[in-house]
Amino acid sequence: MSRLSTLIEEGTRPVVTAEFPSIDGGGLAAVEKAADELRPFVDAVNATDNPAAHAHASNTSIAIAMSQFGLEPIMQVVCRDKNRIAMQADIMGASLFGIENVACLTGDDVTAGDEPEARRVFDLDSTQLVKVASGLAEGYYLSGRAIKAPPNLFVGAVENPFAPPLDYRVLRALKKAEAGARFLQLQIGYYPERLEAFVRGCVDAGVTRTTALLPTVVLTKSAKALSFMDESVPGISIPANMIARVAGAGDKDAIAEESYQLTLELSRHALSLRGVSGIHLTDFRHDGSLERLVRDLGIGPAFDPVATATGTTSGTTSV
Amino acid sequence: MPKLLPLLEDVVKKPVWDCRMCGQCVLHSTGMTCPMTCPKTLRNGPCGGVREDGNCEVKPEMRCIWVKAEERSHSPLNPHLWEEEFNDLRPPVDNRLKGTSSWLNLATGRDRRTPAGWQGVARERHSAVPGASMVEIDEPTMLPEGFHS
Repeated sequence: MSRLSTLIEEGTRPVVTAEFPSIDGGGLAAVEKAADELRPFVDAVNATDNPAAHAHASNTSIAIAMSQFGLEPIMQVVCRDKNRIAMQADIMGASLFGIENVACLTGDDVTAGDEPEARRVFDLDSTQLVKVASGLAEGYYLSGRAIKAPPNLFVGAVENPFAPPLDYRVLRALKKAEAGARFLQLQIGYYPERLEAFVRGCVDAGVTRTTALLPTVVLTKSAKALSFMDESVPGISIPANMIARVAGAGDKDAIAEESYQLTLELSRHALSLRGVSGIHLTDFRHDGSLERLVRDLGIGPAFDPVATATGTTSGTTSV
Repeated sequence: MPKLLPLLEDVVKKPVWDCRMCGQCVLHSTGMTCPMTCPKTLRNGPCGGVREDGNCEVKPEMRCIWVKAEERSHSPLNPHLWEEEFNDLRPPVDNRLKGTSSWLNLATGRDRRTPAGWQGVARERHSAVPGASMVEIDEPTMLPEGFHS
């Protein structure tokens, strides 16, 4: 049982997950440095799989390295770059090193990256991958070939409550839950009312009976960063008045502070919703704001009263 | 006939649905919108990259085929049974069927054949040989059917 799955099952406090920065060289020291920065404040961290279709050190290698540095990985697997054989092999291979959390994603298209001439694979879609990964944990490959000692896996996926067709997103979450997803990290979003409708829909449809919802918030420090996400990141839209609010805050420091306050508000709102099990953090600031956020929210291994009382802090599990 | 059929199917379905001849047609369950025309060939709903205006992440000028499919699945012209099937979990594509006639595959049931693991069962290994399920593959003659390299 991964620590993440235990925490989600117990449900005594909101879980905190985050995105691991992309690693390009620098040896294991580069992984260790990033792991040290995150470890005290989060329960598990996503080892990304060539995010935005840019090549980086691979999902499996980062996940394994992270676990060696006492940080619990959630290994992302995207359908863009590998066929069904390779994806099963990656999950099985990583499991040899104790990697249990797997997040199955469709993946941004190759045209979103810096090698748009690449061949896109998409041999499976994310929902199919959820089912295939769940099958591995039950003791068989997709072919049906038996796995004598099946790996422990905690399989999840991602859903975007903020992109059209909005009415259909709950049904898609349900489909992933029924395929075996035990957690859903939600896409970055700046429409609290859409998140609310989605979470309510998931509660009503029974998704949250089996599957934990983890909305994502982003730490940014400029209006430009918001505009960039709005214009350039597929599936992310930010209301103009939110960008204007940050842009109009004053000088650079005031803008950075307003960005933080916006993230804090969105986080508080997300965590207030019944059916939400925790939060996923993406940090584009790298200036200590992640620590400030979890402290202000009173969540995570370092600042949640429940965590510190029950000894589920990272200090007790890492060296 | 088996050679003429794919040709005929292509001639009929290409102009109307931009058919890609995957050989395992699911059009009726996807609002009569071909999921293979999605640049990511997604068969179980839209990705997270759909634009605010409902257009495709990859081709901004094209309406997301799943946005279209979802709308069409609720059309009064769409039979209720098909509308319900919209939410079915569709299995991974069998890439061997590309270019074959889905009409023929429907008639023979070939398009509904999925790997044992998809059906949630572990396959008995070498079940034809008594006691063989205990034996590991250690010589080429024991390689499973379909091994060619």
